[in-house]
Parts: sequence; structure tokens; C-alpha cells
Amino acid sequence: MPRIVVDVMPKPEILDPQGKAIVGALPRLGFTAFSAVRQGKRFELTVDGEVTEEILAQARNAAETLLSNPVIEDVVNVEVVEA
Amino acid sequence: MTELPLIGEAIAVAANPRLAGAKIGVVTFPGTLDDRDAVRAVRLAGATPVALWHADTTLGDVDAVVIPGGFSYGDYLRAGAISRFAPLMSRIIDAANSDARLPVLGICNGFQILTESHLLPGSMIKNDHLKFMCRDQVLRVENNTTAWTRDYAVGQEITVPLKNQDGQYIADEKTLDALEAEGRVVFRYVGWNPNGSRRDIAGISNAAGNVVGLMPHPEHAVEAGFGPENGSGTEGLGFFTSVLNKIVGDNK
Repeated sequence: MPRIVVDVMPKPEILDPQGKAIVGALPRLGFTAFSAVRQGKRFELTVDGEVTEEILAQARNAAETLLSNPVIEDVVNVEVVEA
Repeated sequence: MTELPLIGEAIAVAANPRLAGAKIGVVTFPGTLDDRDAVRAVRLAGATPVALWHADTTLGDVDAVVIPGGFSYGDYLRAGAISRFAPLMSRIIDAANSDARLPVLGICNGFQILTESHLLPGSMIKNDHLKFMCRDQVLRVENNTTAWTRDYAVGQEITVPLKNQDGQYIADEKTLDALEAEGRVVFRYVGWNPNGSRRDIAGISNAAGNVVGLMPHPEHAVEAGFGPENGSGTEGLGFFTSVLNKIVGDNK
């Protein structure tokens, strides 16, 4: 069954407190190569049947209206992934 | 609604029949925690509380609405994001934007629901220090012309409980400047900013002043002996008497 993957990230200008906590923890485990971390969300929307343009448009609409809050987040990717 | 067991003497104040005729709805979503406290605050102020359920499709004849705190839908997705699409929220959004300007107060998770509903601008993200914060918080009243703050004085400092993890108020600079210019910053944190909120903002209103949202909890500071020890402990009651006086005044 195909899935539509939606990736949402905090806006670049917004401080990401969770990412900040993670970047603070990495060097304590010896991972010293990373200077910044930003944490986003990945949604997988399963479609029963073929992903038509109409269904993809629905997914984009859902991404902008429910899956993300445009005040604090950007939808950075919407793509179809075959199972 | 069934009669709540009442503690203390404060409730014994003789109910003014004109005030008791005012009906204030309190919305419960799955995961709401502070609806009972809000109901109690409404009753202590002298009004009649009306329990509303998120799946209701009508507001009935309420004169104002309180959206209380808690973790509606477990804060899944984003705090307030799923509640925003509850059937009753559509009615509340319409009524708040109508000519009648239904007074709406969002407390904590209720504030988050109001920003997700676009009734109020900006959004809340995780506290800058990442910890859940619970403390008695001093606020300064910056605007006493809203439906929910008219019983306070401008510059008055009140102490009410604060308890949240996603309490950091943010908006872009343009929005913040507009809020300041229009006097829509209603409350600011005093002494210490507990969550990194931009410009120490604790609560804001819409342009008309009928919709107010804030992170701290006035409904937990309405009864002597049960509120913050700093101050009278009842410094949140003014929210509820404010809206009540507005309703009664408008119905004269």
C-alpha cells in the first residue's frame, strides 16, 4: 500500500528547545561532530489504492491545515513512498 | 448540572439574582483537567456555570465561554491542535467573531486551543528550559478594557498559579509589535519570565477584547485558603467577576 510521507520542521527563525537539549546531550556520548540539531516530525499517510493527484493535493492541504502550525512550523516535504 | 460540593464560606455570599441569571459555559474536551475548577470559579463569582462537551453542536444560550486547562487529546500532534477541530469549537469561533462578540477565555491549554483556532495570534512552544513549571506567578495587568479584565486596574499585580510545559509564547516581531501597539498584551510576567515567552507575555486578547488567552490559571486563585499564599489567594476571581459585570451591564 502506498504511503504519503509529510515532513514538518520548526521554522528556521524559531529556537527549537528540544533540538537544543539533544545537541547538548550528544557530546556526552562522544558524538562531537554535530554543532546543531533541529527536531521535526514525519507523518506517514497510508492510501488504500493508487495515489492520484487529487489525493496528493488532499495530503498537502492536510499538511498545511492540521499536521503543521504555520506560525511555528514549515511543511518541508510531501512525497509518495511505495510500500 | 449537579450541585458541586462546596468548601469554605466564600460560596455563602447571597447570590444576586441578576448575576445568577448570567450563564457561563465551561468546555470539556477529552483530557481537560481544570473544568471543575473553572465551574467552581464561575459559581463563586455569582454566575451560573453550564457544562459544555466538545462534541456538542450548539452553545445553547450561554453568555460567555471558558476553555479550561489540561491536556486535551493528550497534547497529541501539538497542544490544542486536534481540539481546534471539535464541533463545538466551530460554534465558539463563529460566536466570538460575530457582532455579539461572545466573551471567550482560554486558560493554559485553552489558550493553546485559541491560538490553534486563529482566534488569537502566535503560538506556544516548549518552555525554554524544557521543564514542566509549577509555581505561584506574579502577573501585571496591562489592559483592563477586555471583557475579562475590567475589574482590575492597569498596572495591578496579581498572583495566580502557573503550571505548564509548553508555555513559551512566540510570534514574529511584526505580530508582537502590533500586539503592543494595539494594547493587546493583557498580562505580562513580573519578576521572572518562567518559560522564555517573547516580551514576557503571559496573556493576550483579540482586537475586540472579547477573546482573552493566558497561560497562568486564574481559576485556581478564587477562594481564600486554596489559592497562592502570596497575596489574598483570590486574585484570579476578577476574571470571572469582570465578565459577569460585562454581561449584566450589557443586558441592562
